[in-house]
Amino acid sequence: MHEMGIAMQIAEIAVASIPEELQHSRVKRVNLKVGKLSAVVTDSLRFCFEVVTRETPLEGAVLAVEEIPVTARCKDCRHEWTIDSPVFSCSRCSSGAVELLSGRELDIESIEIAEEDG
Amino acid sequence: MSELFDFSFLHRPHHERSHHDHPGSDPRRHHDPQPAGGNNTGGKGSREIQVARRVLDANEEMARRNRQIFSDHGIFVLNMMSSPGSGKTTTLEKTLVRLMPEIRTAVIVGDICTTHDADRLAGSGAPVVQVNTDAFGGDCHLSAQMIEKAAAGIHLNSLDLLIVENIGNLVCPAEFDIGEDARVVVLSVTEGEDKPAKYPLMFRECDAALLNKIDLLPYLDYDRQAAVDFIHQVHPGMPVFEISAKTEEGLDAWIEWLTAAIRRKRSG
Repeated sequence: MHEMGIAMQIAEIAVASIPEELQHSRVKRVNLKVGKLSAVVTDSLRFCFEVVTRETPLEGAVLAVEEIPVTARCKDCRHEWTIDSPVFSCSRCSSGAVELLSGRELDIESIEIAEEDG
Repeated sequence: MSELFDFSFLHRPHHERSHHDHPGSDPRRHHDPQPAGGNNTGGKGSREIQVARRVLDANEEMARRNRQIFSDHGIFVLNMMSSPGSGKTTTLEKTLVRLMPEIRTAVIVGDICTTHDADRLAGSGAPVVQVNTDAFGGDCHLSAQMIEKAAAGIHLNSLDLLIVENIGNLVCPAEFDIGEDARVVVLSVTEGEDKPAKYPLMFRECDAALLNKIDLLPYLDYDRQAAVDFIHQVHPGMPVFEISAKTEEGLDAWIEWLTAAIRRKRSG
């Protein structure tokens, strides 16, 4: 529901990350990592990104989203596994002392900028 | 769109931007964007620039600052979240009656529109600051920046507890740190027992759950044990307080939990 705000943050960070010497170049792609436990709907985010980037150096850039699975480690038996249903106790020993290793990401990894010919 | 959102920052060149525009959001403070070694992973004629930043780091930085300010004043901050209509405001009203005046409490109330909740809570004698998010396009959550602004209208020196009544929504508020010490989620027995499984992030992120409206149980086909089990599937061991804000049944245990948390913070 807050994808518009997220899209604006992504756009702001991406524009600010364009190096000085490439200020007039076009950004072709923004690489994003989104954990499956993040409260973000990817399709909605792409739509918002397209809207907020019109008439900016990001116009037409692909928002490439890498989905990150939810993984956890048991604090008792050290077992590590991927969580694919909303059950957060250890899949081996049933302990509830669980530490999340991934799944909360909402990170901009990189941007890709079109280089001028020559 | 452009009437609702200010996109002007996107059109300005990098070098004209300053820290004053968006406090804490300048990427150069933490990560200087560097050209990537390989340079060409994006295909022909493109250059990849590593960014490696959390999208919400501006909010997170602001939340850290809020947390520091509240801690400096010895204030415990509680972020109360829930679905709409779960009885959060009534729970808060009854909570304030029991806490005040021994625990000096102020409330920040978030709503997309209207001041109805703030009007109800003002009867408790606690200072109440209303935050309406419609100016931001009807946002679905309170951000750390909104809390910072709202807190500016509160006398922090004469306060023990700040309760933030977040926007009624089980999705988005869970994503946004506002600088709180504890998070609680209110759900009610008129909702599905499996809400925790449908909104796992919210129930993972909270420190306690209030299961409200238990006075209605005789009239419903609600399996309260199933609801508690779902909560514990998502968050094993999380305290669950079964309450009726209306009849005040079960409120004692909740108040005890809250005051113990406040005492723990005070004693460092």
